Amino acid sequence: MSSTFVRGLKCRLCGQTYPISATNFCTEDFGPLEVDYDYEAIADSLDRSKIELRPFNMWRYQELLPLDGEPTVGRQVGGTPLVRADRLARELGVDTLWIKNDAVNFPTLSFKDRVVAVALSKARELGLTIVGCASTGNLANSVAANAAAAGLESYILVPSDLERSKILGTSVYGAKVIGIRGTYDEVNRLCTQIAFKYGWGFVNINLRPFYAEGSKTFGFEIAEQLGWRTPRHVVCPMAGGSLIGKIQKAFNELYCIGSIEKPECKFYGAQPAGCNPISAMVKNGWDSHRPVRKPNTIAKSLAIGDPADGYFAAKVIRDSGGWAEDVTDREISEAMALLGRTEGIFAETAGGVTIAVTQKLIEQGRIPRDEEIVLCITGNGLKTQDAVADCLEEPTVIAPSLEEFSGLLTEAASPVLV
Amino acid sequence: MSITIHIPTPMRQHADGQASVQVVGTNVQTALASLGEKYPALTARIFENGQVRRFVNIYLNNEDIRYLDSLASAVKDGDELAIIPAVAGG
Repeated sequence: MSSTFVRGLKCRLCGQTYPISATNFCTEDFGPLEVDYDYEAIADSLDRSKIELRPFNMWRYQELLPLDGEPTVGRQVGGTPLVRADRLARELGVDTLWIKNDAVNFPTLSFKDRVVAVALSKARELGLTIVGCASTGNLANSVAANAAAAGLESYILVPSDLERSKILGTSVYGAKVIGIRGTYDEVNRLCTQIAFKYGWGFVNINLRPFYAEGSKTFGFEIAEQLGWRTPRHVVCPMAGGSLIGKIQKAFNELYCIGSIEKPECKFYGAQPAGCNPISAMVKNGWDSHRPVRKPNTIAKSLAIGDPADGYFAAKVIRDSGGWAEDVTDREISEAMALLGRTEGIFAETAGGVTIAVTQKLIEQGRIPRDEEIVLCITGNGLKTQDAVADCLEEPTVIAPSLEEFSGLLTEAASPVLV
Repeated sequence: MSITIHIPTPMRQHADGQASVQVVGTNVQTALASLGEKYPALTARIFENGQVRRFVNIYLNNEDIRYLDSLASAVKDGDELAIIPAVAGG
């Protein structure tokens, strides 16, 4: 049982402690609350051999997650492949490249299933029956699906201009989907007010301290899949800016409990040029991010203009010796196609952002070509197919005729067959 | 000049339990100062070294004041200000 290992919640700014409840910020300075663990007790109870005996999903690291009992939502989440990407490595001109592929996470094909599994399992422990979220799409899919499977009622609030496939992929689970005429940040503010007024469990608002912990399993898996060690470089997409810090936290926790050597890993953040508050903060040396009022990018899953963890993400990047970059819509689409044709992985636009930013950082000399790199792919391209359409050739259409097909083969310039 | 300031639930204990407070002021800064005169404990929670805290957002009629003139944003009779925690989303 992991309950033994959680001491409570703690403010990341002032250290004020709070008992476990559905709350996400310190009432003294409004700083974010984080789960406070007893790492010594965890180190005494958990080791590599114990983890390795468990099923390969996110719950094999259960002692480092904030539940009192066994998970009741999302028991099959995680355990996604870490793919050695030699063909992409050759294209990018680097020696060793890995892709952590959460585009095939279960059940809704994004890393959000990890955070939702923790948040909704916690919601049940806290006795909440109505849950919800503010979302740019992937979270909407995941909350709706996991809530449906758990028999929880869900309210999903999204910007009304979201990709249709992400809205359909939410409604299908019977969730109440509400489109808001506004930006993600406006949706988010409204959800904060709803959570206060109705006391529902919003996974990324009042359940956020628990929710965020789920992201660590992405990092635990990377380290374990590399043979219980960390890479030299990790490139991660940034929307709210939480994941990049949680991967670092995962590495640090594994070190803390004695499962890996001291991590020496640099973290790089990837954003679209049309919504780049964190990368702009890093590149310009600002102390705070400057929020983006109206994000304008095809990478809608990263379109958070006022990222809650912007400050912490920039700190992780700076303190680790990494960097951040941003890329245009065209670069994003082309990178999606590049990943597809080299590795057979169809990532969503955020994946295109990560690949294109990696390419840029390698060309800038910020990531050395001879050191090991892990790229974080967090969502599936089937959800954002329109984004890549302009970069692909239309299929050639012929009659059902062997002669016409053979004719195609002799057309040396045929784009489909070269 | 009467401005309404909406107080978030966790701050209401410092404002006699009220959900909103009427204040006076010509801009966001003076309106919040007026709030602070009535309820000094709120000032310490909203501000740090004269700046709005990193994880506090202030909205004037539903617009984040950082997209207006920040604390210098002018307010007029009937305007509404809301104080909302910023640690959400993502």
